[in-house]
Amino acid sequence: MTLRRSFMKWGLGVAAGAATRSFAQAPAAKYAPMFPVEKDAQLRLLRWSGFIKADEESWNANSKKFQEATGVPVSIEYITWEDVRPKAAMAANLGTGPDLVMGWYDDPHIYPQRLVDVSDLAEDLGKRLGWYDVARAYGYSKQMNHWIGVPIGGAVQALNYRISWMKEAGFDKFPDTTDGLIKLARGLKEKGHPMGFALGHAVGDGNAWTHWWLWAHGGKAVEADDKTISINKQETWTALEKVRELHAQMAPGVASWLDPNNNRAFLAGEVSITNNGISIYTAAKKDFPQIAQDMDHANFPVGPVGKPTELAVFSQAFIFKYSRFPNAAKEYLRFMLSPEQAEPWVDSMNGYITPALRKYRELPVWTRDPKATPFRDGIARMLPNSYAGSPGQHAAAALADFVVLDMFADATVNGHTPKDAAKRAEGRLRRIYRG
Amino acid sequence: MAAWRLSLALDRRAWFGPALVVPAAALLGLLLAYPLGLGVWLGFEDAKIGAPGNFIGVENYQYLLDDPVFRLTAMNTALYTIVTVALKLLLGLGLALVLNQRFGGVRFWRSVLLLPYVVPTVLSAFAWWWIFDPQFSFISWTLAKLGLLKHNIDFLGDSWLARGSLMIANIWRGTPFFTIGYLAGLQSIPTDVYEAAQIDGARGFRVFREITWPLLTPLTVILTTFSAIFTFTDFQLVWTITRGGPANATHLFVTLAYQRGIVGGSMGEGAAIAGVTLPALAVLAWAAMRAIRERT
Repeated sequence: MTLRRSFMKWGLGVAAGAATRSFAQAPAAKYAPMFPVEKDAQLRLLRWSGFIKADEESWNANSKKFQEATGVPVSIEYITWEDVRPKAAMAANLGTGPDLVMGWYDDPHIYPQRLVDVSDLAEDLGKRLGWYDVARAYGYSKQMNHWIGVPIGGAVQALNYRISWMKEAGFDKFPDTTDGLIKLARGLKEKGHPMGFALGHAVGDGNAWTHWWLWAHGGKAVEADDKTISINKQETWTALEKVRELHAQMAPGVASWLDPNNNRAFLAGEVSITNNGISIYTAAKKDFPQIAQDMDHANFPVGPVGKPTELAVFSQAFIFKYSRFPNAAKEYLRFMLSPEQAEPWVDSMNGYITPALRKYRELPVWTRDPKATPFRDGIARMLPNSYAGSPGQHAAAALADFVVLDMFADATVNGHTPKDAAKRAEGRLRRIYRG
Repeated sequence: MAAWRLSLALDRRAWFGPALVVPAAALLGLLLAYPLGLGVWLGFEDAKIGAPGNFIGVENYQYLLDDPVFRLTAMNTALYTIVTVALKLLLGLGLALVLNQRFGGVRFWRSVLLLPYVVPTVLSAFAWWWIFDPQFSFISWTLAKLGLLKHNIDFLGDSWLARGSLMIANIWRGTPFFTIGYLAGLQSIPTDVYEAAQIDGARGFRVFREITWPLLTPLTVILTTFSAIFTFTDFQLVWTITRGGPANATHLFVTLAYQRGIVGGSMGEGAAIAGVTLPALAVLAWAAMRAIRERT
C-alpha cells in the first residue's frame, strides 16, 4: 500500500511538473482568487456525465477558462451518475483519488471527517448568490458544525402531462392537490389514458414520487433526531391508502418500471401523466413535435400537509482532505459557480439541472419556454431525501435500499395492507438507523 | 557469487518446486485470498463505506436470518439456480445430440448456437429487457395482434412472472455452455462402442441410456457444477432487467449484497450477504474439482 501510494505521489509529482511546464504559469491579471492557490497546483475532478452533451462541453470550456485565469489545469473524469458514490467512497476509504467530486444526495455526509471545511466558500457564494433552503441541508454538516459540501443543484422533476387529454378528462388546469390528482387520474383512465408512476427499482423516478407522496401526507421515515423511526404511523397508512386509489388508475406494468420506462411510455402515448426531469420534453421537441406541443409540466401537487414536499436527485461538490491542493479546489468551485461561468453552463443544460443558488432563477432558460418554469421552481419546493432527519449514511442506505419505494410497491402491487407494508419498512429502517 | 548460489539452490529439488509456485501463489494470495478473507471479516463488522467498522460477531447474520427480504432472496437464489441449471442441462444435452448428427449446415448451426454465450451479457440483458417490456414487448404485441390477448403481459411487474422471465433469459444465455461441453463429450466417445452395441441389437434410446449417458456422467458433473456456480452468482441479468424488483421479488444474493453493501454503503451487511454464498460455492467448487480429478 505504502509503495503504491508513493508511486502515485511520484506519478502525480511528475505529472504536476510536466503540467506546470507546459501551461502558461502567469495567471491572467484580471482574476483575483479568493483563496491562495497552491503553487504548481493541478486538480482531478470526478463528476457525473452530463445528461446532455452541452453540459460537459460548457463545463469543460469553463474549466479551461479557470486554467487560463489561474494556471491550474483540471482533469475531469465523467462517469455514470450512479457510479459516482462507490467510486468516491473508495477514494475516501483509500485516501487517494480525485481532489474533488461532484456527487449526489448524502455523499459528503457519509465521510464528513475526510472532507475539507468549505464554510468560507459556501458563505461567500451564499452571500453573493443566495442558497435555497435545501442547499443548506445538503451542504452543512451538523456533525462537523461546518459546510462540507458545495451544493450544485438538483435534477428537478415535475409532472409531465398531456394537455388535450387533461381537458378531455374535464380539467382546465392541472390540479394542485393530491386529491385533485387522484380525480384527474380517474378521469383520464375512464377516457383510456391512464397515468403511470414507476414502482420498480427506479432510482430517480421511483424514489422521487414515493417520497413526495409520503411526505405530502405527513409521513416520514425518521424524526429530526435521526433516531426515532416514525414510518409506521397513521400518516403513512393514510398515504398508502390513498396511493392505492392512485395506483388503480395507473397503466399496467408500472410495477416493473425502471427509470427509462416512463419516458418511453409517455412518448409512445401510453400514459398521460408521469413524473420526470425535463428529458421527456427535450426528446419530444426533437423527435415527437406534436407531443411536445400537447404536453406541459406542473410542480408536484400539495398533499394534506399543505406545503410542497418534493424530492429531486441533488448534487453537491466536496473536496477530500488528502488533496494537496484544497485552496485550488475551492477556488475552482468558486470560479465555476460564479455568474460568468455558471450562467452559460446552466443555460446550456436547458433545465436538466436547477442550480442551488437563487440568483440563477433569473436566467432566461427558465422563461423563454414557459414549459421549463416548473423545473426552476421545484428546487425551492424540495426536501432533502433524509427528511425529517439529516443527510448521512443512514439516509443514504435507506434510499439505496428502496425502503419507501418498496413499501409503496408492497401496499399496491403486492397487496399488503398499509399497516403491514409500513411495518416491513419500519423493520428495515430500524436496522439501518441503529447505533 | 550470488548468481552461482541461486543456481545451486534451484538445482535442488526441494527448492526448485516451491520457487516455481511462489509467484503464482503470491498472486493468488494477493488478488484472491486477501480480498476474500477481508470480505469474510467485514461480514463480522458493522463497517460502512468511508468509516472503519467495529467487530460485532455474528450480528449481521442474525439480522439477516430475520430479514424477510433476505429470506426471499435466499429462496429466489435457490429456485433460480436449481430450475435454470436443470433446464439448461436438458436443453443443452438435447441440442448437443442434434448437433452431433450429420446434416447440411451443421457447422453453421453450431456457430449460431454459440451466439447467446458470446454476446456480452449486458447487451443480451438489454435485449431481454425490451422483450419483457410492459408496454413494448413484441411477445405481447404479437399475441395481441393475433387476437389472443387484450392486455400486455406484465412480465416483470408480477413477482412470479418476473422470476420466470429472468430464468428464461438466463437459460437462453447459459444453454450453449452445456451444448458445447456435451458436443465435445459426445465426439470423444469412441465409435466402436456404438458399433458393438449395434451388433448386439441395441437401438435408439437404449443406446443413449446404456452407453452415451453413462459415458457423459463425469462431464455432466463438471458442467453442472460450473454452471451452478455461474448461475448462483449471476448479477448482470438481474441488475439490468429488474434491479431486484418488483419489491425485491427477483433479488439474488449478489444483487442484494451489491445494493446494500456498495450502493447503500452498509459494507458489513453486504459482506455478510455475500458471505452466505461461500459455503454453497465451496461445496460446488469441491464437487467440480473432484469430478475433474476423476475424469482425468
